[in-house]
Amino acid sequence: MSPLLALARLEVAYGGIKAVKGIDLDVSKGELVCLIGANGAGKTTTLKAIAGLLPVAAEAIRYDGAPIGGTRAFELVRRGLALVPEGRGVFGQLTVAENLAMGAYARGNAAAVKQDLARAFDLFPRLAERRGQSAGTLSGGEQQMLAIGRALMSRPKLLLLDEPSMGLAPLMVQKIFETILAVAKEGVTILLVEQNARLALEVSCRGYVMETGLITLSGPARELLVDPKVRAAYLGEAD
Amino acid sequence: MDIFLQQIVNGLTLGSVYAVVALGYTMVYGIIQLINFAHGEVVMIGAMVAFSVITALAGTALPPVLIVFAGILAAVPVCMLLGYAMERIAYRPLRGAPRLAPLITAIGISIILQHVALLIWSRNPLAFPQIIPLASFDVGGAIITGAQIAIILTSVLMMGGLTLMVYRTKLGIAMRATSQNPQVAGLMGIDIDRIIAFTFIVGAALGAVAGVMVGTYYGIAHYSMGSLLGLKAFSAAVLGGIGNLAGAMLGGILLGIVEALAAGYIGDLTNNVFGSNYQDVFAFLVLIAVLVFRPSGLLGERVGDRA
Repeated sequence: MSPLLALARLEVAYGGIKAVKGIDLDVSKGELVCLIGANGAGKTTTLKAIAGLLPVAAEAIRYDGAPIGGTRAFELVRRGLALVPEGRGVFGQLTVAENLAMGAYARGNAAAVKQDLARAFDLFPRLAERRGQSAGTLSGGEQQMLAIGRALMSRPKLLLLDEPSMGLAPLMVQKIFETILAVAKEGVTILLVEQNARLALEVSCRGYVMETGLITLSGPARELLVDPKVRAAYLGEAD
Repeated sequence: MDIFLQQIVNGLTLGSVYAVVALGYTMVYGIIQLINFAHGEVVMIGAMVAFSVITALAGTALPPVLIVFAGILAAVPVCMLLGYAMERIAYRPLRGAPRLAPLITAIGISIILQHVALLIWSRNPLAFPQIIPLASFDVGGAIITGAQIAIILTSVLMMGGLTLMVYRTKLGIAMRATSQNPQVAGLMGIDIDRIIAFTFIVGAALGAVAGVMVGTYYGIAHYSMGSLLGLKAFSAAVLGGIGNLAGAMLGGILLGIVEALAAGYIGDLTNNVFGSNYQDVFAFLVLIAVLVFRPSGLLGERVGDRA
């Protein structure tokens, strides 16, 4: 079976500087895969390229069997590929409910959308309490919940998460990761970019390690967790 | 006749036209941070198209209200098409360019439209046929004409409709989302090109109606009428806080009232050194005062320059 997402020698240039220098990566249906690495390694750029926010060669990215490199973001969402961007990107002046409605913008079936809204409120009761509030007034953790809930409103087949733990208190990080696991259990395929390598590897099936635009290591998450190089560089443990 | 009340009535009439035109400026600014200086010319084209239709129908037996309505019905689609074409041909290719480029393009479009109108409708002021009966009512000492009532009512209806659309419909929410963060809006499945085009079209439709209102109110249309009207409406949008819908409406009404009151009293206050022909100065005095004392406008938020 071909993977849901496959990157083949993906290169991304940002104003003349190559941020991603030819990487291969694949994610199969139902998997939770993480991409870890230091700041500036090119993780966010990779996700942005997959989501259609950066121009890349068509064949470099295959999704659901078709080349999608360079396809624009709004079309990819309609095909089930959703990105929760770094920094959450909630619409601060829209209410929580309006933000969630925007997640389902491209969907026509009002009854199913309503059902999914109820499910999002189930998943995040805090959002239900604050549905009429401007999203800008939410705490960082609540905004992250909103960003994830909003992405789920598009009923994604593949969910890309960019640094969901960034800037959150440890308790909130735990809550967000529990949610990610719950979403994965429902059958949503997830590609997770994280700086918190330990946490990411603990929840993932497989992992990729990225360094200055290249994939330097990959394998089952359990093996990466005990890999001496990973331990030294990303888990803060000396041998 | 009470001059104060009378000037309030006149100011409300003029102000509601300013408000409707200002909405066109503020909507486009809100979504792509462009001051569309050609918007005044869209209003002018609306008035011109209506002039042609109304003149052609004036000899027929149709009731005057229907004739004006036909003028609006013709002007709106023409202006919508114009708004769409403008965005598509002139502004879309410049998206992402330095902000000065689309701004200068807007000025260019405005000059082009003026001269196209000059070619089609000649350089003479065009007098609308006097078909509207001058019914008027006495309200506490002020005279309010049927045309004034119609203009105020139409404007209020359009402003209400626009507000409902922007705040209550999915399309409106998508417009607000796009104006806050176009990239994330794209991630929601929103085709922001379509939203931006739609914004231009709605603004142009409002402008068309405003053009018909102002043309029939003063009874005159001219190829250059859009520039002063546009500048004033732009001042109104800045007064209210550009990018803010409620601000544009408030700014328009206030500016209309300030202008009317100033025109009504300036002769008395200056011993007739200045007459009401100085009316046009006040809009710009207000603009300068706003830019000096409250650059973000009455309802605008203080925002830093976008990086």
